[in-house]
Amino acid sequence: MTDLVIPRRRFIGGFATAVGGAALSGCDVLNDNETFRETLRLGETLHHTAQRLVTDRNALAAEYAPSQMSPVFRSNGNVMPESASYQAHLADGFANWALQVDGLVGNPLRITLAQLQALPARSQITRHDCVEGWSAIGKWSGPQLSTILRQAGLSSRARYIVFHCADSFASRPYYESIDLIEAFHPQTILALRMNDQPLPTAHGAPARLRVERQLGYKQAKFVMRLEARDRIDNLHGGRGGYWEDSAGYEWYAGI
Amino acid sequence: MTGSVRWEDDVRSPKGGDLVRRHRLSTRIWHWTNAVALLVLLMSGLMIFNAHPRLYWGEYGANPDPAWLEIGSRGDQGFLRVGKVEVPTTGVLGRWRDANGVTRSRAFGVTRSRAFPHWATIPSHYSLADGRLWHLAFAWILALSLALYMLWSLVNGHVGRDLHVRREQWSPRHIWHDLKDHARLRFPTGAAALDYNVLQKLSYVTVIFVLLPLMIATGLTMSPNLNAGLRWLLDLFGGRQSARSIHFICAGGLVAFFIVHIAMVFAAGPIREIRSIVTGWYRLPEDRAQESDAP
Repeated sequence: MTDLVIPRRRFIGGFATAVGGAALSGCDVLNDNETFRETLRLGETLHHTAQRLVTDRNALAAEYAPSQMSPVFRSNGNVMPESASYQAHLADGFANWALQVDGLVGNPLRITLAQLQALPARSQITRHDCVEGWSAIGKWSGPQLSTILRQAGLSSRARYIVFHCADSFASRPYYESIDLIEAFHPQTILALRMNDQPLPTAHGAPARLRVERQLGYKQAKFVMRLEARDRIDNLHGGRGGYWEDSAGYEWYAGI
Repeated sequence: MTGSVRWEDDVRSPKGGDLVRRHRLSTRIWHWTNAVALLVLLMSGLMIFNAHPRLYWGEYGANPDPAWLEIGSRGDQGFLRVGKVEVPTTGVLGRWRDANGVTRSRAFGVTRSRAFPHWATIPSHYSLADGRLWHLAFAWILALSLALYMLWSLVNGHVGRDLHVRREQWSPRHIWHDLKDHARLRFPTGAAALDYNVLQKLSYVTVIFVLLPLMIATGLTMSPNLNAGLRWLLDLFGGRQSARSIHFICAGGLVAFFIVHIAMVFAAGPIREIRSIVTGWYRLPEDRAQESDAP
């Protein structure tokens, strides 16, 4: 290799560093380019479509035996809403609390905790998958969402159910939304109990959505109000949920 | 066409120094599509791993549960722990300086976990959502191009002719001989260089038919919706957290393949090799007839 002026090793090392550096900063430039991001988002749309194609709309999430439950079910996100009204409800054991159901419904409802508890409940031991990568298995009990939606009489224009929550991040309220396939899925419940105890505050007392075929950030805690809507792009940040708006997580969280 | 033949035509036996057709267009297109897709998937995957740098076996696994692999930091020390073995990795894993010289580390209970350093992730700053955006899009490119390539390689005979390990190549003597040749960086010359040797075939077959399909299958098993739709995948891998661990291990296997693959390209003659995977044309290495130790 006498004809090479630059020693081969140094050449390769320098070349790799230069190419690597260019590729890296190139990726960051692309990452901040809105057109490129919209193109990448086609991936999410494709996943959503493909998953709906291969999954029966009533296919059940895995349910586990009591022996398979996590010894400790960690909590994350907001574990204690700071609003004065939530604090007041917490102080009196949600005795004066009521779930509001409105929007595109024929029969808007105010359902007290006692009334929710009196509805037929479904219990399920399921796995909670955080978008971060961890999983925990716990037992959830509460009325099916479909029971409540049927009582409220959904308008034929309704396409989404929005969950307005008591918690917020830096004064931006937490909310989430799901389509009607998930809303009427048999395992979609408003959990009032967890692991055979009343729902702990850190896990979303008094009521938490369980939509078992999607990731953790869809499992809205501290649910105060259900709203039926025909569109979600005109609500808050327009992407259908707090994490979708603030960080760009997928609205379809079955992936 | 002096000195250049399409080797499929086999008008005459090519010899050292001849320029011959080596890689089909389908192989070249797939090779480069796959190379880009894998690099993006690896780097965005490391970003996703950074969101929870612990691995578990079974159905569940979170911070209170025992992890078989963990990257973290304690005080000033970054560490990688596998089972009970802990290796200090300060500066590279668990605790490192970012491009602005700011020290990043993973403190327990802080959600901004920092396992893999900025130069190894897409994007280079911490963003799980952006990592997923890249990862979930490029997963389509990987899966669709692999499916097309597999199908096309079966149809055009690439698998049967070039990747199929022939009976005599399975003999321990042949494999041992090939291993010795590789270790001494003695590569075939002349027409013999057109055939993949047994170690090459085994590594390519492992990547195409084992590691890449496993990556895709374990990736799908981490989807909570597909756990409902394709329940057998969840049972096949023994739970979502096992699938996540296998996904990580197979990614490590692909990185190992990549390193050896690049080393072999450089050892065998980078210009010759890169030319053939770009243009398809390969200059056969000259015979070593004059060497005294030739077999």
